Amino acid sequence: MSAWTEFVDYVTLADNWWGRRGIAVRIEDHVRISAFATVVAAAIAIPPALWLGHVRRGGAIAGAVVNIGRAVPSFAIVALALPISLRYGFGLGFWPTVVALVALGLPPIFTNAYAGVSGIDPAVVDAARGMGMRGPEVLWRVEVPNALPLLLAGLRISAVQIVATATLGAYVGFGGLGAFINEGFRQQDDGKLLTGAVLVAVLAIATEFLFGVGQRLLTPWTIRKGHS
Amino acid sequence: MRDRPWIEWDWVGDHLDDIRAATFEHLRLTLLAVAIGFVLAGVLSAVGLRWRRTLGPITWVTGVIYTIPSLALFTLLIPIFGLGSIWSAEVALVGYTLLILIRNIVAGVDGVDPAVRAAADGMGYGRWRRLLEVELPLAVPAIIAGLRIAAVTTVGLVTVTGLIGLGGYGSFIDAGLKRQFPTQIVLGGGLSVIMATVIDLTLVGIERVLTPWNRGEVARP
Repeated sequence: MSAWTEFVDYVTLADNWWGRRGIAVRIEDHVRISAFATVVAAAIAIPPALWLGHVRRGGAIAGAVVNIGRAVPSFAIVALALPISLRYGFGLGFWPTVVALVALGLPPIFTNAYAGVSGIDPAVVDAARGMGMRGPEVLWRVEVPNALPLLLAGLRISAVQIVATATLGAYVGFGGLGAFINEGFRQQDDGKLLTGAVLVAVLAIATEFLFGVGQRLLTPWTIRKGHS
Repeated sequence: MRDRPWIEWDWVGDHLDDIRAATFEHLRLTLLAVAIGFVLAGVLSAVGLRWRRTLGPITWVTGVIYTIPSLALFTLLIPIFGLGSIWSAEVALVGYTLLILIRNIVAGVDGVDPAVRAAADGMGYGRWRRLLEVELPLAVPAIIAGLRIAAVTTVGLVTVTGLIGLGGYGSFIDAGLKRQFPTQIVLGGGLSVIMATVIDLTLVGIERVLTPWNRGEVARP
């Protein structure tokens, strides 16, 4: 297993951590673009999902979003974002990657937020109205809190997928952790290759874990029912 | 890349042999992964259903595998199987199908009406015969639903195997990026969506054949 020895050599050399193309900078870039894309995707997807769930319409849209999101490969979305970005003058690297990540992040957030609100027992909503609440108040004080577990689950799924796919940004000129994999292949440097692969895997699992912890802290009432 | 059209049909016409070869590679990688994944998920589900306490750990482990990004997992398997071996991709692809398939198989069997189960017991069926002849047939819709998600997801993931030199539609996308040629990117992505759709519709057809008792359902009031 000499490849693994090369990996250990690569990550234990301080020079590989610092500098413009070092591990530290690339982790930071990877995390930053993922966080940005997740926030943008949430800002775009959540308002219409809550509204459609509130008026209990658009189930067909939600279904179509899931199917399309699943059938279009994430690598194709990243690749297609490149000619689009070049055509409109946004260049290589950051912008094509962000556009693709946002597009990928939308479906899970949208469908889960929609399912969270539209799936609430109508009797609960009726009770809120019976207590004299109006539309917006029902949404904010009853529907959103009840939909929170699913809404957060959607955010978690999207965030993990975005972190995973940001790796492919290396093929459109973005310098996240995928750049180690891309360069490792081209330079036939197993140490670099495995460094990228291991760090990406760790970052994805850490994201899943942190969102899981966040979910439990924000919705403590769901803990006893088991995790979603 | 800026001035080129999204798709140049002349190029597509000149490369029909390449397209045929890539289709074969893509389909082979996909079907092999889903088939092996289905067998393995069946065994793991049977274990989980028989010994309930193992279900938590099985779900947890398959969940962790599911979380690892595909390019990273393919890359991690290359030192084990060697560059260019399909198993660097297949082992990862099989791993990704497990969580989806096990969840659906277990939910399908668990969803069988307890009265039906009691009737089977009353007719003297043993545990395994009840599972094979009563519970599994009734779980077919849930199992097929799982297979559809697993197959469509796998078609998409196989595009990434193009990056580790295993062919398929991903090699068009990879070449299109390197040569800055939109046609190959659109072709790779488009053909992948078409393949996912065809496999999905085939599985819907298989479900209809396997569950003749459900066919009238739509017409019922």
